[in-house]
Amino acid sequence: MNIVNFTPITAFTGGLIIGLAVVIFFLLNGRLVGISGIASNALTSKDNKLDNILFLIGLIIGPIIYSFFSNQSVNITISNSYIVMIFAGLLVGVGTRISGGCTSGHGISGIGRFSLRSIIATVSFMTVGIITVLINNLI
Amino acid sequence: MNRIASLVSGIVFGLGLTISEMINPAKVLGFLDLFGNWDPSLMFVMIGALVVSSPMFHLIKKKEKPIFAEKFNYSNNKVIDNKLVIGSALFGAGWGLGGLCPGPAISSIALLNIYSVTFVISMFVGFYLVKTLKSI
Repeated sequence: MNIVNFTPITAFTGGLIIGLAVVIFFLLNGRLVGISGIASNALTSKDNKLDNILFLIGLIIGPIIYSFFSNQSVNITISNSYIVMIFAGLLVGVGTRISGGCTSGHGISGIGRFSLRSIIATVSFMTVGIITVLINNLI
Repeated sequence: MNRIASLVSGIVFGLGLTISEMINPAKVLGFLDLFGNWDPSLMFVMIGALVVSSPMFHLIKKKEKPIFAEKFNYSNNKVIDNKLVIGSALFGAGWGLGGLCPGPAISSIALLNIYSVTFVISMFVGFYLVKTLKSI
């Protein structure tokens, strides 16, 4: 193992801000942030539809506001083919709805409440994620 | 007011994902590359988020009700079953392949990257499939 590209300060700062977003949603609206649930319900459920859609719009506005005020462009790197992205998206969509949560719902909201269910989910998706990358690197 | 709170919470969450660079799949895949060139940043993002949210959840839960809603509304599901473990494993495989999970995927729509938009459309198809199969 080599440690590379490690950015602890921006990572921790960004994490604090994500924690703040989760607290705002809970304190004001009484709901726990779980983005797979919010996104899935925005599409398929009548309950809180407008709230869910507004949250998702907010997620998209976030990087635009960052870019505007910091004068820095936000860059991402994806080195996969379309086929891999389609397959990966399907797995994420199906998997999070079967398990009832993703990195935010289980990883932050769930672990933040010391939910054993969420700890098990997080260990499961992280372990499989690490194994998937390991296999992908070997192929 | 609860509508504004939802929008603001989404914006703040999106800012956090951008500042921490978790919006970038290459950064996330670096975290999952534990046995190669490992980038521990994602762990610090989770620690940062939990440092704020965990004590605050504990305090807020003691309130009678949230500020803009009638009551607290969250799952207290404690069931640990195959669905939880297998669903999470499927999610982990997709996360490890694409480097995107739902939050960063949706935020990255702002960057108009055709690969991440493809992922998002496919993810919504996945949501819809499970919903449809559950209702049969």
